[in-house]
Amino acid sequence: MKSQTAKQAFDAAPWTGRVRKYDIVKEATIAVVIVSMLVVLLSLIFSSPDDKQLTFRDWAKTNPTNFYATTVQELAGTSESAGYGPPYNNASAGLNVGPLWLQKWAGVTHPVDVPNDLVITPLTLSVLSAREASALATWKAATPDQQTTWATAYDTAIGDADGNYTAAAPGDYGPVPVLANALTNVAAQGSLDALLLAGGNFYSTDNTKQILFFGDGAYLDDAATAANLQGNTWGMMNETGRYPGQAWLWLYSIWYQIPPFINEESAPFGSNADAYIMFVVLGLTAGLMFAPLIPGLRSIPRVIPLHRKIWKSYYSEENIKRRK
Amino acid sequence: MTTQNLESETPTPEDSKMWTARLRNAWQRNLPIDKLLPDTQPAYVASWIYVFGVLTIAAFVDILISGLILAFAGPAWYHTSSLGLFVNSLHFWGVQLFFVFMVVHLWGKFWMAAWRGRRTATWITGMVAFLASIGTAFTGYLIQTNFDAQWIAFEAKDGFNAVGIGAFFTPTNIGQIMLIHVALLPLVLGVITVMHVLLVRKHGVVPPIDALPEIEA
Repeated sequence: MKSQTAKQAFDAAPWTGRVRKYDIVKEATIAVVIVSMLVVLLSLIFSSPDDKQLTFRDWAKTNPTNFYATTVQELAGTSESAGYGPPYNNASAGLNVGPLWLQKWAGVTHPVDVPNDLVITPLTLSVLSAREASALATWKAATPDQQTTWATAYDTAIGDADGNYTAAAPGDYGPVPVLANALTNVAAQGSLDALLLAGGNFYSTDNTKQILFFGDGAYLDDAATAANLQGNTWGMMNETGRYPGQAWLWLYSIWYQIPPFINEESAPFGSNADAYIMFVVLGLTAGLMFAPLIPGLRSIPRVIPLHRKIWKSYYSEENIKRRK
Repeated sequence: MTTQNLESETPTPEDSKMWTARLRNAWQRNLPIDKLLPDTQPAYVASWIYVFGVLTIAAFVDILISGLILAFAGPAWYHTSSLGLFVNSLHFWGVQLFFVFMVVHLWGKFWMAAWRGRRTATWITGMVAFLASIGTAFTGYLIQTNFDAQWIAFEAKDGFNAVGIGAFFTPTNIGQIMLIHVALLPLVLGVITVMHVLLVRKHGVVPPIDALPEIEA
């Protein structure tokens, strides 16, 4: 114990051994110059990634069937957004880690009324044909139960037709087919992006509704798959094209690549994988941050002597053998 | 001005209790100018691993400059301008190099057990800087206003929402993320980095693990 105390005192005391010249200002200046040159060189040679943003216009024009079906899901309340839970709505309690229901406890701070905010309000703000305006009026005049009955029946019929609404069996779907067709037209004309963003107002910087709607359909998901950006292929850590991405997120992304988390929705964590992974990463990060205070962890550099490589010349010059 | 007035402004022993005097004295005691701007280093500071700290700061300087230009030009500038794309590339590669340098610096310090000798705060401020850097880079990727940003916003919201953070930190709200990326996080990172460097200068570079052979570790 006494020798350990002496060692700590030695480590903390001002250095009294041999020194060498060191020009800190010159070193910093050279570092800035060299790194700047390197940055300019890499930029000139490789440029930077910039895959064009997706739009609702492109979605509705290139895959109107999927856009149409997604619109019906939004009206029926069967989309992912409609059943998401906090912070958007109370449709579910959200994820939990054991007794910790943090998503639920944080509450609905960003309310999104999916059928109205994503479909009905944009249609209300659009110029519609007489038939479309009539369908919208019919929807608004109906009771919530009636609305749900129409939309879910149509959603089921489209699902039975493998997502192809033109092949859906005839039924009593009320104004839903006309509304879905109307929103597809509004989107194809390029109006929906702005309608979802500003909702009829001038200013807005919140893209939440757009992102939620995008996520409910296949357009964004297919593009991410094609770009190798899905969670089980290292997800956000990747970059579009052949550029390096956020490699520093590896400690987060890695858990989605290995059991049991790779099988999202399955035991033992079920749909709570996102929450568990956040806790795991938080724990590991805290471990590294407080490594100096954790017995065992703080001794690893002594046990695995990579420091003999780092200070090889000094140890050699001073003829210092490895300590046990 | 009379002689009497000059005498009345001369500091007395009681003035050492002034807050300003206390701060100045504490600074001079802990970090005299020769410690802050040294012209010698211990002989063991003789490895390439030692340059990665200053390289990280150099990359940070580059990122701040290119980021400042991007901030004035707006987030969509680089989609339509070749000059904008070049400045965006400077920002992009600056960030990539910044993290390479920082991670090498971090692991180098880990294997040196650089927290020894009352340097725990130096290690922890370095780790906080690392986390702040991850947050800054992440918010930067969210404001690219391109497909990658759309996808990252969609994916990331689930992780944050899952643990309640999404209630106040919203990856899908570009207005919020833009302010956090441009105004808040660079300031946090800059302040933490200054603290980290001052602690390094105050305590000096940690001695080699086996530098005291006559005492059992």
